[in-house]
Amino acid sequence: MEEKKLAIIATKGTLDWAYPPFILASTASALGYETEIFFTFYGLQLLKKDLDLKVSPLGNPGMPMPMGMDKWFPTLLTALPGMESMMTSMMKKKMASKGVASLEELRELCQEAEVRLIACQMTVDLFELDTATFIDGVEYAGAARFFEFAGESDICLYI
Amino acid sequence: MADFDEELDASGLNCPLPILRAKKTLAGMDAGKVLRIVATDPGSVKDFEAFSKQTGNELMESGEEGGKFTFLIKKA
Repeated sequence: MEEKKLAIIATKGTLDWAYPPFILASTASALGYETEIFFTFYGLQLLKKDLDLKVSPLGNPGMPMPMGMDKWFPTLLTALPGMESMMTSMMKKKMASKGVASLEELRELCQEAEVRLIACQMTVDLFELDTATFIDGVEYAGAARFFEFAGESDICLYI
Repeated sequence: MADFDEELDASGLNCPLPILRAKKTLAGMDAGKVLRIVATDPGSVKDFEAFSKQTGNELMESGEEGGKFTFLIKKA
C-alpha cells in the first residue's frame, strides 16, 4: 500500500477551531498517512507552548449554550465582558467530561506520529510573533514550501 | 470471545483517542498477535471498521457487552 498524503492549512486561532486540524492529522497518521499542517495567520496560535485559546459565542448562532441559553439569551448580550471566558471555561469542562482530548494532548500525539508542523514565516514577521514562545520541532517556511507537499497530497484541507 | 494477547481499555475516551491508543498499542505488538479493545464511544464501531480496512490490521470481532463496545484486532 503506497503511503497517502494529507495536507492541512490551519488558519484559525480559537479553541473550537483548533480541534479539527489536530484531530484529523493525528487520525490520519494512525491510518498511515504522511501528514503536514501549515499554520498561517491566527492558526499560529496553535503552536504556542502555552495554549490560551478561547471560544466565543459572539457571531456564532450555531453554538449550543448551557441551559438552552442559545434559545432565549439575546445575541447582543453575548458581547458582554466575561462572556468569552465563561463560555471557554464551560466548553473546556464539557470536553473533559466527555473524554475529549485536550489540545495539548492531541498536538503531542501529532508530534509523536511525526506530523510535520510548518509555521508561516510571513505571518510570524507580520505580527512580530516571538518564536521562542512556540513549541519545538516547528519548521518556518512560506507558501512555496506548502505546495511542495500539497501538490502531491491525496487530501488537502483548508481549516 | 476468542483469545487475545493484549488488552486496551479505552472506556470514557472520545474520538479520536480510542483509535490513536489502539494504533500505539499495536505498534508495540508482533504480527499475528491479537489486541482486545474496550471502548464506550459509540462512534468507535464504525471507526474501528475503517481503521482495519485502511491499515490492513484484521478486525476479527466486534461486539457490544453491557453498553461497552469490544473489538478484536489482529496485527498485520
